Amino acid sequence: MTTETQTLRDWLLSETPTSRRHARLAAFYKGWLTLRANHMAMIGLAIIALLLGTALFAPWLAPHDPFVQDLAFRLQPLGTEGHVLGTDSLGRDILSRMIYGSRITLYIVALVVMIAPIAGLLVGTIAGYAGGWTDIVLMRITDIFLAFPRLILALAFVAALGAGIENAVLAIALTAWPPYARMARAETLTIRSSDYISAIRLQGAGPMRIITKHIWPLCISSLIVRVTLDMAGIILAAAGLGFLGLGAQPPSPEWGAMISEGRRFILDYWWIATMPGLAIFTVSLAFNLLGDGLRDVLDPKDSSS
Amino acid sequence: MSDAISIQNLNVWFGEHNDLFQAVKNASLTVAKGASFGLVGESGSGKSTILRALTGLAPQWEGSMSINGTDLTEKRNKQFYKTVQMVFQDPYASLHPRQSVDQVLSETLTLHGFRDIDDRVNKLLLDVGLGPAFRFRYPHQLSGGQRQRIAIARALAAEPKILLLDEPTSALDVSVQAEILNLLCDLRAEHGLTYLMVSHDLAVVAHMCERAAVMQNGEIVEIIEVADMRAGRTQHDYTAQLLHASANRVT
Repeated sequence: MTTETQTLRDWLLSETPTSRRHARLAAFYKGWLTLRANHMAMIGLAIIALLLGTALFAPWLAPHDPFVQDLAFRLQPLGTEGHVLGTDSLGRDILSRMIYGSRITLYIVALVVMIAPIAGLLVGTIAGYAGGWTDIVLMRITDIFLAFPRLILALAFVAALGAGIENAVLAIALTAWPPYARMARAETLTIRSSDYISAIRLQGAGPMRIITKHIWPLCISSLIVRVTLDMAGIILAAAGLGFLGLGAQPPSPEWGAMISEGRRFILDYWWIATMPGLAIFTVSLAFNLLGDGLRDVLDPKDSSS
Repeated sequence: MSDAISIQNLNVWFGEHNDLFQAVKNASLTVAKGASFGLVGESGSGKSTILRALTGLAPQWEGSMSINGTDLTEKRNKQFYKTVQMVFQDPYASLHPRQSVDQVLSETLTLHGFRDIDDRVNKLLLDVGLGPAFRFRYPHQLSGGQRQRIAIARALAAEPKILLLDEPTSALDVSVQAEILNLLCDLRAEHGLTYLMVSHDLAVVAHMCERAAVMQNGEIVEIIEVADMRAGRTQHDYTAQLLHASANRVT
């Protein structure tokens, strides 16, 4: 297919793709070009890539064991030899703890992302497409969950099931899905009456096929955008639970828990709480920037005509 | 021999309990096999609603409708979808924005239980005057006329006998309109199709159909032979008015 004179770029940008794979790659490449033109989004993507790399190679990157205590070397300031970001109240290296903490952060984000948007998408599209009583019942349930203050419900949940990362994740996911459900329902309502859905119904397609193959692909792009924008909130909620002592338990180097520990010394040894705080800030910002960029690429309203 | 389409005393409503709107009032018409029948009238006169009631997209109806002598019930079965297909008005709205031509046609063919999908997709594209080069394009890479051709290919995929055309050209440029109308004429001759065509354009109906029903405010006011229409032999004032409005273009 690619002749010698034709570069890979030309092949990807061809107006007449020759196979299914070619068409999909071409569409993907065009999206990538749009995203690449957005510098802020690329910065966000770079930070997230860095975070992923850090989490993946934590044992090689971290200069010290994050759990080893050295009480003789406690509360060292920034730039101490061997401890670039200083040490905490038990003499543990803050940089190493932050590097290992990136794993926990990613773990929480990944778990929430696997639960909340998918549950929301299911509930929202079914409610929107079925209409009638199904819609009313599902949406009232959504309203009930939406009415709970997030942190309070998470507190109650953790109190009932015990503290720990998994329960914190469940608690966050439980309070995070209703906005996705509402969004998916609103989109489904506009999509379901469109001609292309009527057309596929006239081919004899059943509701399951229409929802999964025709409505989901149109909802998913705005959902992805929304998830990346919410990522910051999820990280902050997890850090908040950690801070309250209801998320990750010591000695786990979760960023929120680290801030909580550093709080006691914040006036005299400010860096102990500030460094993990900066990490949370940077990662949240990165997800927000990427989310903004993805909105430009994925929004079906812009790319459809 | 039974008629391809027979509609008797059809009433169609939209809306719910207190807020009902009757879009079609007591409409009756029959279309013989292989014929081409037009439905004309101004916007909101209920033309398209008759098509939607036939296909089951407007669920609140009363009266009797039959296809090839089989009465239609509340639910349409697979056999119905294999016999009757529809082409929508706006080709910009009737194709899924995220699906390539190949996906649209392949899925349709799969739903109708065909096996040799690759060959059929290529043949459908040739039938509607597009080459295999268009197979993997997305709707946003196609012009309005090309999109409508894809929509027609999708309707033909099931090898139906009856095609319902809902103003198939009104969203297109004038030059493209003629192309699509000629394509529809050719396809009808080739596949022996029966057309029920909705249009607000008398010239289009005069070109495509042998008979036409004129609708006003949800009622069929007159069923007229196109030859009579050309000659100006109308029975109802409204038909005369419509004819007058599009004078010079019908004959």
